[in-house]
Amino acid sequence: MSADEAPALTLDCTGMRCPRPIIEIARHIGEVEVGALVQLLADDPAAEPDVAAWCRMRGHELVSSEPPHFLVRRAL
Amino acid sequence: MRARGYLSRVAEGLSSVFLDCSSGEPTLPEARAAWQTATTSGWGDPRRLHRPGRLASQALDAVRERVATHVGARPDEVVLTGPLAPTAQAAVAGLALGRRRAGSTVVTSSVEHSAVLAAAAAAGDAVPVPVDRLGRLDLDAWTEAVGRPGVALACLQVANHEVGTLQPYAAAAAACREAGVPLVLDATTALGRVDTTDLGAWSVLLGWAGAFGGPASVGFMVVRRGTRWRAPYPADDHQQGRWPGVVDVPAAWSAAAALDAVVADSDVVAERQRRLVDRLRDGVGGRVPDVDLAGDPVDRVPHLLTFSALYVDGEALTLELDRAGFAVASGSACSAESEHPSHVLAAMGALTHGNVRIGLARTTTEAEVDAFLDVLPGVVSEIRARLGAT
Repeated sequence: MSADEAPALTLDCTGMRCPRPIIEIARHIGEVEVGALVQLLADDPAAEPDVAAWCRMRGHELVSSEPPHFLVRRAL
Repeated sequence: MRARGYLSRVAEGLSSVFLDCSSGEPTLPEARAAWQTATTSGWGDPRRLHRPGRLASQALDAVRERVATHVGARPDEVVLTGPLAPTAQAAVAGLALGRRRAGSTVVTSSVEHSAVLAAAAAAGDAVPVPVDRLGRLDLDAWTEAVGRPGVALACLQVANHEVGTLQPYAAAAAACREAGVPLVLDATTALGRVDTTDLGAWSVLLGWAGAFGGPASVGFMVVRRGTRWRAPYPADDHQQGRWPGVVDVPAAWSAAAALDAVVADSDVVAERQRRLVDRLRDGVGGRVPDVDLAGDPVDRVPHLLTFSALYVDGEALTLELDRAGFAVASGSACSAESEHPSHVLAAMGALTHGNVRIGLARTTTEAEVDAFLDVLPGVVSEIRARLGAT
């Protein structure tokens, strides 16, 4: 990610238990262009493995994972 | 007929198909009968010279002999212990004590049983070695880790207790031997499931009877002769100071009977369970959308299958399956006593929410597996709909 590439959408799922943050990002990622970034804020302990697993299963790119901050690039 | 029986049990609201043998098999009839026999004649104090004492002492000798046979050891190397947690603590702390001069690092895989990880963390500086997507140890990283200076001991499981993947235990043990590092081999999930008579160059082997249908109070620690293990507690005159306190002879006798029973027909049971898990794996993958199947599909113990369904919470899944008549385990957070998801799933990069862990019983039938596969897709889609995830 280049320094000036801002997320097209930020989802604040702080305080939500999994799978809710994953449901939210799945529901909203279609709102950004293919190739654009979605930032997810999630502090549930399961978010770190589950955001990565969801990206793998869905083909999206996990750009960065620094809990509670996650950055995902939308694939198709 | 079985299907009808199943349906009527469901109508009564009973969770009657037990698929939660990943951490323990229900007590075997052989184990129960052995316990009853031993409480009649083996109740004496094995340290006494009178007849009841001698009978108990002979029973314990026979137990050690039978355990030794099943793990490829000598009877005098077998120490009868308790549940896995204190047994693992004794094994790890005792080696750490005996190897104090070598260092304080304890190398483990990242997917060991939590009791082993806790024992490692308490005994020294724990170094977890990563696993791949199937949950299998990174052997190169392991070899490098045990070869570094300052390593007191290493701990590895024969097979993973949640996802079933077999570890490269023989090669890992050879790397330890090469480095002069003693290995604690946790055979809990493997005993009675795969051949455990030649598990390689381990120094201390762990087992627990609850896993194979014996009493949950009995475990064992097999300490190879020549191993630098020191009792990490005050030594007494039971079991040559290697495990403190009186031995529950009937329970130990029952544990040996359970191990004999599972080993005796392990080929037949393993073959059936292997086929049923294949059937479950295909069925879950084919009938439930967005599911993450965990573990090695081939190189595994026969009775375990773990999978996770996206957009479902493990607690709801477990409860709804119970309502539908199926008892399963889950590695998802909130579905157990922990707020954290399974460290095994996280280490493998598997999805941790919506997790179901199935451990087939020895008696699980194809009809029960098919009934589970019929119920699961509807349960998952209903929870997804409830969470607004469809």
